[in-house]
Amino acid sequence: MREEHHMKLEMESRSENEGFARTVIASFLLRMNPTVEEMNDVKTAVSEAVTNSIIHGYENEVHKIVISADILDDCITVTVEDFGKGIPDIEKAMEPMYTTSPALERSGMGFSFMEAFMDELHVTSSVGKGTAVRMKKKIRREKAGNGIYSSVD
Amino acid sequence: MLNTSIFHKEGTRLRITLPKEMDHHSAEEIRAGADHILETELIQQIIFDFSNTEFMDSSGIGMVLGRYKKIQFMGGNVSLEGTSDRIRRILEMGGVYQMIMKEEKGR
Ligand SMILES: Nc1ncnc2c1ncn2[C@@H]1O[C@H](COP(=O)(O)OP(=O)(O)O)[C@@H](O)[C@H]1O
Ligand SMILES: [Mg+2]
Repeated sequence: MREEHHMKLEMESRSENEGFARTVIASFLLRMNPTVEEMNDVKTAVSEAVTNSIIHGYENEVHKIVISADILDDCITVTVEDFGKGIPDIEKAMEPMYTTSPALERSGMGFSFMEAFMDELHVTSSVGKGTAVRMKKKIRREKAGNGIYSSVD
Repeated sequence: MLNTSIFHKEGTRLRITLPKEMDHHSAEEIRAGADHILETELIQQIIFDFSNTEFMDSSGIGMVLGRYKKIQFMGGNVSLEGTSDRIRRILEMGGVYQMIMKEEKGR
């Protein structure tokens, strides 16, 4: 039988919500019995995308961010979407160490981390309309005893 | 007021105990607190203590490198303590070790 789960979260672009978004995704992912590493990988990628929406998409104004996630068999797909500024040159934006906000002490490593920690990354953006980042990762589904659930009966 | 559970001055050393979750949200507080101390006191070394840190994303890299550039400009240095494998990997991917080592060799 196919396993399918879906969730969707709408929240404000406040920096406190970076941790909130990670917690929500982490508890959604738990049902796949990921390893600690897989859990951290997904949390880091989501944190990067949400932070980008807050500081770049909305430049710290409070607007709407929509996060949705789908589990289909052994893969999780997460989409983080904002309706802010948009990215004029996506290819350039995705280069390691490229940042438009050096004054905010951005390292320019956000997209590189999303790429490194997930299996697939798709960015769509339109200037003045917003940005959507879709990321996919295969979860190996640890045998009982190896996953995060190992301490739970 | 400075958060004394994060910042500890030991002579000319400043120990910064990083929070459990090192993200953009917490980076802002640490940046402001650390820079206030760097501007008002004589500090020659910053120790970033990651012992309590369970999560870090690229915002942590910007925060560490930002403080590093400041103190290096004033002739000081930084050290990193209590890093887990995960944190070390993130720091490495962000080029933090390269940056700090290169400067030390150049002395
Ligand atoms: N949601 C977004 N809206 C607008 N611009 C974005 C968004 N996400 C990323 N960007 C642009 O892409 C650049 C690179 O992003 P990233 O790799 O995360 O590095 P950083 O966040 O450190 O600048 C950003 O500096 C910004 O110009
Ligand atoms: Mg970023």
